[in-house]
Amino acid sequence: MSEPRVIDARNTFCPGPLMELIAGMKLAQVGDTLELLSTDKGSANDVPEWIHKVGHELLGNREEGGVWHITVKKVK
Amino acid sequence: MKILIVGGGMGGTILANNLARRLPNELKSGKVQLTMLSASDKHMYQPGLLYLALGRATPDELYRDQAGLLEPGIKFFVDPVEQFLLDKNQVKTKSGKVIDYDVMAIATGSRPVPETIPGLAENAEMFYTEEQAIKMFRRLQSFEGGKVVIAVGVPHKCPMAPLEIAFMLYDYFKDRGILDKVKIHYTYPIGRVHSLENVAKWAAPEMDRLGITYETLFNMKEVDGKAKVVRSEEGSTAPFDLLISIPAHRGMEVIEKNGLGQGGWIPTNRQKLNMEGRKNVFVLGDTTNIPISKAGSTAHFEAEALGENIAAMVKLGAPVRDYDGKVFCFIEAGKDRATYAMFDYLNPPDPKEPTKAVHWFKMAYNKLYWVSARGLL
Repeated sequence: MSEPRVIDARNTFCPGPLMELIAGMKLAQVGDTLELLSTDKGSANDVPEWIHKVGHELLGNREEGGVWHITVKKVK
Repeated sequence: MKILIVGGGMGGTILANNLARRLPNELKSGKVQLTMLSASDKHMYQPGLLYLALGRATPDELYRDQAGLLEPGIKFFVDPVEQFLLDKNQVKTKSGKVIDYDVMAIATGSRPVPETIPGLAENAEMFYTEEQAIKMFRRLQSFEGGKVVIAVGVPHKCPMAPLEIAFMLYDYFKDRGILDKVKIHYTYPIGRVHSLENVAKWAAPEMDRLGITYETLFNMKEVDGKAKVVRSEEGSTAPFDLLISIPAHRGMEVIEKNGLGQGGWIPTNRQKLNMEGRKNVFVLGDTTNIPISKAGSTAHFEAEALGENIAAMVKLGAPVRDYDGKVFCFIEAGKDRATYAMFDYLNPPDPKEPTKAVHWFKMAYNKLYWVSARGLL
């Protein structure tokens, strides 16, 4: 599997991590994997909620030193 | 030193004038040459389109001649770049000229792409071009009631626009005396009514108070003009009589065609504002891929940091400061009240209760912008 494309949304407020991920997903191809980096603790919940609602695949959701790494695969 | 600015919008113009004011002697002596290339001889105050769509501004108020905004000493050409030859420190323009540079700043901006959502361009009213805004104004005038849906694409220019149009439409319909026949329904792509948490905390109760309904986690998938519904990626539908859209944006085609960045957004260092991997190429405004608001205010503060840095490169041999992510956005909360959000990379905004004073400050800024573009404010 190729390396995921990283969207570094650490320490930003507007448009924020989820909006950055949505923008990144629009440019990605089906099958691509993206890794979102966020320092917003809300991302741990609201990003997976969106991924599930739209029907993409959540591959990982972990916190390291105050940074959430959320990995998602575009499936449609 | 040859300094080249590509793009004559808000960011490019403020940067050019800032540099001209910092380097008057160097420009006079010929030690520095400052050149701007733009696609247009006109400069538009884009935030004014919101007012145009509501009949509160006319098109002529939004334009100035670009050449007239620039300080003496800046060489200005209406000749857009078609090729970026970064390894040669050159660009090639539409007219075929090859222009060398020692330092280049790219500020080509962004463009609305409603065509990326099937049915959107044909069925929605928008206010991101003069033509769209005039069309929206005429449509609003003939609208006599029904369900108004506001739908938001990602990413979009001016993060306050969705809220502003919702609140300003409320007052517009109220003033026309048809508010009782209108239902405003606001949708938003993420799980709250605005990307900024503190702004969302203020705006959601305000919508409740005014009877504006809202649905979050709503990303447009398609618009069915016959059935008059917007369908979302998340599986819901929003029926409408009048659809107002803040369309998704992309960077300019020339950026993508030259392979400078996916989606037309150039990978940019968020503090130094240099293009990743290039020390003498800087990027500002909507053109960057920095995860920050695509707004004139962002371009303005980036231009000030870059102006100081590029002038320091001339005088001291190195940049002197970082861009701290500063953004200041007015938020119109109706026809005569406004608040604002000021934030940077580390400090979130704390918007206050809207006041008439802030609204009138915004109205004043709409005129003062031309002073700002000249690098004076």
